[in-house]
Amino acid sequence: MQAGNRHWLLPEGIEEVLPPDAARLERLCRDLLDLLAGWGYELAMPPLAEFIDALLTGSGEDLDLQTFKVTDQLSGRLLGIRADMTPQVARIDAHYLRRDVPARLCYLGPVLHTLPGGPGGSRAPLQLGAELYGHAGPESDAEILALCLRTLQVAGVRGVHLDLGHVGIYQTLLRRLQLDPAREAQLFDSLQRKAAAEIDAYIAQWPVPAGLAGPLRALVELHGGPGVLSDARRQLRPLNAEALVCIDNLERIAALTARQFKDAPLFFDLAELRGYHYHTGMMFSCYIPGAGSGVAFGGRYDAIGAAFGRERPATGFSTDVKRLFFLGSTRDRRATAILAPASELPALQELVDSLRAGGAVVITHLPGQTGGAADLGCDREIVLERGRWVVKPLNCG
Amino acid sequence: MTDTLTLAISKGRVLNEALPLLAQLGIVPVEDPAQSRKLILETSQAGVRLVLVRAADVPTYVEHGAAELGISGKDILLEHDGDGLYEPLDLGVARCRLVLAGPQGGSVAPGRMRVATKYVRAVRDYFADRGEQVEIIRLYGSMEIAPGLGLADRIVDLVDSGRTLTANNLVPLDTIMEISARLIVNKAAMKMKGDIIRPFVRRLGELVRR
Repeated sequence: MQAGNRHWLLPEGIEEVLPPDAARLERLCRDLLDLLAGWGYELAMPPLAEFIDALLTGSGEDLDLQTFKVTDQLSGRLLGIRADMTPQVARIDAHYLRRDVPARLCYLGPVLHTLPGGPGGSRAPLQLGAELYGHAGPESDAEILALCLRTLQVAGVRGVHLDLGHVGIYQTLLRRLQLDPAREAQLFDSLQRKAAAEIDAYIAQWPVPAGLAGPLRALVELHGGPGVLSDARRQLRPLNAEALVCIDNLERIAALTARQFKDAPLFFDLAELRGYHYHTGMMFSCYIPGAGSGVAFGGRYDAIGAAFGRERPATGFSTDVKRLFFLGSTRDRRATAILAPASELPALQELVDSLRAGGAVVITHLPGQTGGAADLGCDREIVLERGRWVVKPLNCG
Repeated sequence: MTDTLTLAISKGRVLNEALPLLAQLGIVPVEDPAQSRKLILETSQAGVRLVLVRAADVPTYVEHGAAELGISGKDILLEHDGDGLYEPLDLGVARCRLVLAGPQGGSVAPGRMRVATKYVRAVRDYFADRGEQVEIIRLYGSMEIAPGLGLADRIVDLVDSGRTLTANNLVPLDTIMEISARLIVNKAAMKMKGDIIRPFVRRLGELVRR
């Protein structure tokens, strides 16, 4: 433990990506942006820092807590370093683009969190997201779900499990229950933990209107495969039409998604309330084996544009590409490179140029350097054969 | 990997009182945990194993997904950060109370009250709800001697029979919370291994309600 070593320590939750991973991660980023571009999602680059009031407009307390803040020396105002690009992109749609047609936007870049997300989590995720503005139907939700699944597929993560819920069901229940804010917070907390015993206790202690005890108790158990929706229709019937509309909506979204993404791994959890404070419709989380928490999240958030002067329906998803990279198989991609000898003989440069133009990696051997082709990560080399420069696999003459 | 279940549990009272419940589900450790020095125990049910860890570590194992399930006292969960856990069942075993206690007939000196406890979050929340500003002194054990030695005015500790309090001239002043062991489940596992976890939770729930 020499004190001198401490210069090299990074802050907790802040990590660097080294070769050869960095190049592979960058390749994955390009593949993902190409995927999004292929679906018509235009790239936007929101700023790294903004005035805090603009950055946090229309977002919740959670994001406020997650945002690093500094004082702007030029204006004396408080700046925030973005912790989530979703509200920034919503502002871009509402304020600058002002299109009447549906807008499809995507973004990719680092964000900074004051607190690590979950155990051992990063504070500097590489956020990738796609947002669809201007359409309120299940078709746009399904497009986002299918695109999210496709994103995970390109990232090479296997065994994806997509969990779908709808804020409207819990909201309908809350409206009927008429709880004070303290009890509402208690119920929310218990539902988040699926603490069925606590909910039983509330039903016994609170003045729960007749007919609502059943749905309240049922909600916490309503998670699993497609059968959940038919159970929900039966058990939530006392909540009247509003809740049933939400269930129909989920069913329609699931059916549309399955048409765009074959064998879509769709599951339901009607008590899942992650992101409840800003979502207005369906919301979802994606899980994969080997990760103890979700790897991609999304949902509908129709109200967000209102804060920027233009309310538009909105739905989207986001994920941390760095996390996907370390969980997926794209990290195993092998690099290939060709070693060019240090030679001034003619025609060599032409061959090197044409190989590079064709996308190959060509590394020049420097005179007097230590190490050979294999040490430089090359799998082929350029050799002079009967007066001509040719590319040969390593160890083959 | 896909159809195995790992259940994290702490040795001692929680294990002793949870084993009979698990036995009724046909889950019996193949070696007696009291005799064995192993910390990972296979059970009579293929694919289900128990890992024995420190009580305070149970939520950590489950939140990381190193164990899909855990059995943990509510006292431990109150102190655990994060929201990566489901807590679907109160097992009703390893019962005790989280109690505020103080010296017999003692009066509190004016100013900020000092409270010695291992349960910092629970105590902070308890006094915050009452609008009282207190100084919390974190101790890891033997809280009962703190008031006598002038370290604190009050203590908050788990109380079962109350004999330890009496032996140290303390009286219970308020019950902050009833404590019992809870089944906890990793959020991602509940979804991805729902087909085996849901029936497990349902059957255990039926046993507990009986």
